[in-house]
Amino acid sequence: MQQAHSSYYIPQPSTWPIIGATALLFLGFGAALTMNDLGAGPWLLLVGFAILVYLLFGWFGQVASESEKGTYNKQVDISFRWGMSWFIFSEVMFFAAFFGALFYMRILAVPDLAHGASGEFLWPGFAPKWPVSGPGIEETFTPMGAWGIPAINTLILLTSGATVTWAHWGLIKNNRSQLILGLILTIALGLVFLFLQGYEYYHAYHELNLTLTMGAYGATFFMLTGFHGFHVTMGTIMLIVILGRCIAGHFKPEHHFGFEGVSWYWHFVDVVWLLLFVLVYWL
Amino acid sequence: MEAVHDHGHDHAHHPTGLMRWVTTTNHKDIGTMYLWFSFAMLLTGGLLAMGIRLELLQPGMQYWKPEFFNQLTTMHGLIMVFGAIMPAFVGFANWQVPMMIGAPDMAFARMNNFSFWLLPPAALLLVVSFFVPGGATGAGWTLYAPLSVQQGMGMDMAIFAVHIMGASSIMGSINIITTILNMRAPGMTLMKMPLFVWTWLITAYLLIAVMPVLAGAVTMLLTDRHFDTHFFNAAGGGDPVLYQHVFWFFGHPEVYIMILPAFGIVSQVIPAFARKPLFGYSSMVYATASIAILSFIVWAHHMFTVGMPAAGQLFFMYATMLIAVPTGVKVFNWIATMWKGSMTFETPMLFSVGFLFVFTMGGFTGLILAITPVDIQLQDTYYVVAHFHYVLVAGSLFAIFAGIYFWLPKWTGHMYDETLGKVHFWLSIIFFNLTFFVMHFLGLAGMPRRIPDYAQQFADFNLIASLGAFGFGLTQLLFLYVVVKCIKGGEKAPAKPWEGADSLEWTLPSPAPYHSFETPPIVK
Repeated sequence: MQQAHSSYYIPQPSTWPIIGATALLFLGFGAALTMNDLGAGPWLLLVGFAILVYLLFGWFGQVASESEKGTYNKQVDISFRWGMSWFIFSEVMFFAAFFGALFYMRILAVPDLAHGASGEFLWPGFAPKWPVSGPGIEETFTPMGAWGIPAINTLILLTSGATVTWAHWGLIKNNRSQLILGLILTIALGLVFLFLQGYEYYHAYHELNLTLTMGAYGATFFMLTGFHGFHVTMGTIMLIVILGRCIAGHFKPEHHFGFEGVSWYWHFVDVVWLLLFVLVYWL
Repeated sequence: MEAVHDHGHDHAHHPTGLMRWVTTTNHKDIGTMYLWFSFAMLLTGGLLAMGIRLELLQPGMQYWKPEFFNQLTTMHGLIMVFGAIMPAFVGFANWQVPMMIGAPDMAFARMNNFSFWLLPPAALLLVVSFFVPGGATGAGWTLYAPLSVQQGMGMDMAIFAVHIMGASSIMGSINIITTILNMRAPGMTLMKMPLFVWTWLITAYLLIAVMPVLAGAVTMLLTDRHFDTHFFNAAGGGDPVLYQHVFWFFGHPEVYIMILPAFGIVSQVIPAFARKPLFGYSSMVYATASIAILSFIVWAHHMFTVGMPAAGQLFFMYATMLIAVPTGVKVFNWIATMWKGSMTFETPMLFSVGFLFVFTMGGFTGLILAITPVDIQLQDTYYVVAHFHYVLVAGSLFAIFAGIYFWLPKWTGHMYDETLGKVHFWLSIIFFNLTFFVMHFLGLAGMPRRIPDYAQQFADFNLIASLGAFGFGLTQLLFLYVVVKCIKGGEKAPAKPWEGADSLEWTLPSPAPYHSFETPPIVK
């Protein structure tokens, strides 16, 4: 399924793009309606999500089978590497926006509220000691400690970075059992991480009264860790797909960018977690 | 290089009709769709502008309720920035980058089509938002909190539209960067690339760096609206100014995203019609890169009046002024390119020289606005409106026109109607100045932007601006006619219709073949 022009590779016409655009059309309208409690919003969301899942299976499935058929030459492989690198850079910038919000609130916005006119007239007695919610929030919360679950989770993610590299070595040496065992370990560590984070959120909501609505700390805590958790979820799903492909005999020692791309992503998620651990939980 | 040989070029199984466009993986088809989409959005956003100028034709409240006037200005901005200008440049990148670097197509041809087809759903979200309860968002195109936190459902639709357009831009940019870095013909080193390709390489980098930040900003807006976070609410330790910081961290590189490809187009056109190579090629490349890097450290010059330490004001003022240096390098290089050239003034050259005059004026007003004490006077007046229309309409849009006329013969295989093209230029530049030049005076006299009514003393200038705007709007229908006429037929275009043009696309026949370079050309 390709037209080859000398050494160039150009894919055939494809319906996946329009299917993806349709999914986002449904998701966009569905989300807007749902958030305003209007009409068929949730149903539109559901349809959009179903199309999106179909798209992901279909499109990535096609790419995987094209790759296995040897359609992609060296140049395409390099393109994939550039593409994945820039995609990860875009993800870095997405997290940068939320880290920026955290620094701004913690260093500028919150102290400013306690100083000058606003401290004197608006909110006298507001103590801007981080972690804090905000001067207008009466309820109190207990901040999340760093050395319980978060420290364990740090260890888990760092270990999973090592296991995925061990799996990669297995792939390069053509030691398939090491590859598959390494992936299974990585996925298991990812799932344990997610389970512990779920428990941590439960703990926060039910025992610490730490919620998304808890002002500066609550918003930055849950948005940063939440988006990170979402990325771990995506990474775990991607690893499971790669595991399935490895069991099916995909990838060669010299040609396995699908595996590498996912492991890059996994390491990226790992690095973000280290920043979160230090800047959100610890300091 | 490993080769996958399959010489049975079987074009028969390509879908035809509508499905050709829906399923295409061809950079030219996709470029064409981008350009037509952009033109449709130009007319949509233009219609909204006509609505604005209609209300401002005379003092007093004539046609619209104030909140609808706000919706007009907001959606005019959003649609023009994200729907008209940006997709137009991506359309150019799609058509030109593969041809200029000697590639057969873009690196990720399927994803390329996905980036395009994400735009119609986003446009639909924006346009339909006018008809939902509460109407479209009227918070201004910058969507500042807290106003944007309080708006109705139209605001959510704008947020999701921004998300989708952001995804489209990021995918498009990854594609363009990868194409440029990995698909160049043998011998086409980075410093041999045409300047248009260079400007897009740097623009794509800017897009990947800042579109996710915008996504973050509107996501925080969304959670503040619906999930009770307090990012932009002081009672919860947040700050509305935080929104402005995050937004303008995106917003300032964004203005260079909308002008750097314009620089690239002008840098192709001027040498072609001056019949001289571009003066100072490498300094142009370095200037473009400097502008891109500086664009990350000037964002707070949009926020001088929100309250900022004097040290911050000074830093952002000087950093902003510094951008005038690489921009000046570019302007002088273009002038030096024309110096002692054998110039002719076909339509692309007219638009480029027009660009040079009017864009430079917009650059100067930008310098004036960069001066903090002056900006405190002029913040949110029509002076600012005049400034950014000088750089966005006379800058970006005129360069787009120049590029369209320049490459239409290559794209369609026909010459456009030169007389009508020149008429289009002269009408555009006259009406443009009629519309926006007087806005400088209005702003200096203190007329605030985004207000549907004004004091009596502003009446004359507003009348002139409105008449100019109607003229400018109608003129663009002439442009549509010229383009359609050129597509339908006309004098047969040679492979290289412009004597002084020298980049790779002119070595291909006109119209360019479906797959640009089936075998990579050797660049010496």
